[in-house]
Amino acid sequence: MSDIVLKTENLTKRYGGVHALEGANFELRKGEHVAIMGDNGAGKSTFVRQITAVEQRTSGQIWFDGKEVNFAGPIEARTAGIETVFQNLALADDLDVPSNLFLGREKVLFNLGPFSILDRKYMRKATEAALIRTAVKIPNLSNTIRHMSGGQRQCVAIARTATFASKLIIMDEPTAALGVQETAQVENIIRTLKDNGEPLILISHNMRQVFDLCDRIVVFRRGRIVANLRKQDTDGNDIVSYITGAKTGEAELAA
Amino acid sequence: MAQTSHGVGGVGYDAKKRAWPAELNVFLALVILVVVFELIGRIFLGDSFLFNTRSDVSAIFNEARLQIIILQVSIVGIIAIGVTQVIITGGIDLSSGSIVGATAMIAMSFAQVATVNGNPNPKAMFLAQGWTDLPVIVPVLVAIGCGLFAGLVNGALIAYTRIPPFIATLGMMVTARGIAKWWSKGQPISFPTEGFAAIGKGLMPVIIFLSLAVLFQLIMTYTRYGKHCYAIGSNEDAARMSGIKIANHKILVYVIAGVLAALAAVVLSSKNLTAQSGMGVMYELDAIAMAVIGGVSLSGGRGSIIGTVIGSLIFGVIISGFTFLRLDAYYQEMVKGVIIVGAVVLDQWRQRLRAMRA
Repeated sequence: MSDIVLKTENLTKRYGGVHALEGANFELRKGEHVAIMGDNGAGKSTFVRQITAVEQRTSGQIWFDGKEVNFAGPIEARTAGIETVFQNLALADDLDVPSNLFLGREKVLFNLGPFSILDRKYMRKATEAALIRTAVKIPNLSNTIRHMSGGQRQCVAIARTATFASKLIIMDEPTAALGVQETAQVENIIRTLKDNGEPLILISHNMRQVFDLCDRIVVFRRGRIVANLRKQDTDGNDIVSYITGAKTGEAELAA
Repeated sequence: MAQTSHGVGGVGYDAKKRAWPAELNVFLALVILVVVFELIGRIFLGDSFLFNTRSDVSAIFNEARLQIIILQVSIVGIIAIGVTQVIITGGIDLSSGSIVGATAMIAMSFAQVATVNGNPNPKAMFLAQGWTDLPVIVPVLVAIGCGLFAGLVNGALIAYTRIPPFIATLGMMVTARGIAKWWSKGQPISFPTEGFAAIGKGLMPVIIFLSLAVLFQLIMTYTRYGKHCYAIGSNEDAARMSGIKIANHKILVYVIAGVLAALAAVVLSSKNLTAQSGMGVMYELDAIAMAVIGGVSLSGGRGSIIGTVIGSLIFGVIISGFTFLRLDAYYQEMVKGVIIVGAVVLDQWRQRLRAMRA
C-alpha cells in the first residue's frame, strides 16, 4: 500500500442525468507511467478533472500520497503535489519562461505583500536547472512565450509541471496539436521523467506513443474503466477492441 | 547545456534572437518626430525647434521649449501611469478624468485660506467653522482618500459583478463628474494655502510625474504585483489556474489608478490655484492615448511605464511643435487622432511580423 501514489475507489461523476464517470477504481504506483485511453466522451478527462478537483465528484473516494483527500479546488490539489498539463496550455503569452514556470508561486527576496521584490536571479537559475532536468531546449529564456512554437510552448508547460510536481504529473493529450519533431521532443521529456522516477498519467489517442512511453494502459468506455492491462500483456488490436466495445472488460476485471 | 539520456536540455542562447524592446521603437518615433519639426523649422521658419538660437542666452538647447514639452504632459502623464497598469491587466479606466474633477473640488475645499488681503475669501466654500488654513497634508490625504474610494468602487464592481471594465468605469466617469459639480454647486473653489500652492509650482509637476514613473516602472518590473499584472492581462485563465487571486489583484490595480488620478488632481488644482468642476475633462482619453502610443496593448499583457512616458513626450512634442510652426490648435487634435490610430496599426503589424518570424 505504501508505494501507491494515487488510488480511487468508486469514483463517480454525474452531470444531471448523464453518467460521465461510473465507479472508477484506479491505482498508480510510484514511478509508474499509466496511459488512459478511450473514445471521445468516454470519461477520460472527467476522471482527471475529479482527481485535480477542477470539478467536484458525485461520489467515491480518492487517496493521494497515503492519505484520503478531498481537494476543494485545483489550487489545493496542486499544492498537494498534483500538476496538470492542460489541453489548453495554461501559459501567459506575454511573460518569459522563468515567469511562466513560477507563475503564482514567485520566489521573493523581501516580502512586502503584493509589492514583494522578486528573486529574479534564483528563478532564472531554477528555470535553467529545470530545463536541463527535463531535456527541454529553449533558445532564449527572456523571450516571451508568444514568440515560441507550439512544441516549445508545450515543453515549457511540461517543464513547469516537472519543476514543482514532486508527486504526480497528469498530461491531457500533450502532443495532440504538435508536429512530428515537436512530438518527439515532448516524448523525450516524458522519458526523462520516467528515468527520474516521476509517476505520470498520460491521456492520449496515440497508440504508438502509449506503447512507447507507458507501463500500463487503462481503457475508458462510456464512463467506465473497461480494461486495465500491462503493456506486455496486450497489443494495439486488443486495446482498440476495448475502446470500440468489441471486447468488454467486465469478465476479466471481475476475475 | 547538459546531457541526459534522452537529449540535450537547457538554454541555447542566441544573441541575434534577443527581443528588440518595444520601447525603442517608440523612442525612435519620438526622435523622428523631433527631427521632422527641426527640419521644417529650419527650412520654412529659419528657426530651430530644439536648439537655442538666441544670442543672449548661453545654452545648447532651447530649454524653455524642453520644459514646456514635458510640463504640459506631466499631469495627464501621472494619470497615464495608473491607466497603463489597468490596460496591462486587460482592463480600461474611463473614469480618471472625472476622478480628477471630483477630487480637485473636494481636496481644494480643505486647502483654502480664510482671508485674502485682509478680506474674507471671496470663493469660500468652508465645510465647517475654522476649517481653513489647514496644513497641506490634510487636503493631500483627503485627495488620496477620494482616489482610493473611487478606485475601490471601480475595482470591486469589475472583480465581483464581472461587468466589463468599460461599463464600470463609464458609470464612475459620469457619477464622479456629477459629484464634482454638486460639491460646490458648480462654483469654482480658489485661494489655496501657500503649502498647497507649492505642490504644483514651477517644475514640480514634472518632478512628481517622473518620480512616480520611475517608482512604478520598478514596481512593474521587479515585484510580484507587476508580474501578476502582465500575467492576468495575457491569460486570465492561466493566471487563475496558477493560483493568482484575480479579484484582489484587479481591485488593487484600480485603486492605484484612482490614487494616481487623485494625485494628478492635487497637482493640477495647485498649479492653477483653483478647482473647477470641469477639470480633467477628456484626460482619461489623453491618458489612454499616451499609453497606446507608448506601446501598451489594449488587449492586455504588453507595455511598460517607460513606454507610456515616451508616449506622453510624443504628445508634448506634437503640441509644442504645432505651436512652434504657428499652426492652429485644431490641427493638433486632428493629428493626435491620426497618430493614436497609426500607433496601434504599426504595433499590430510589428506583432504579426514577429509572429511570422518565430
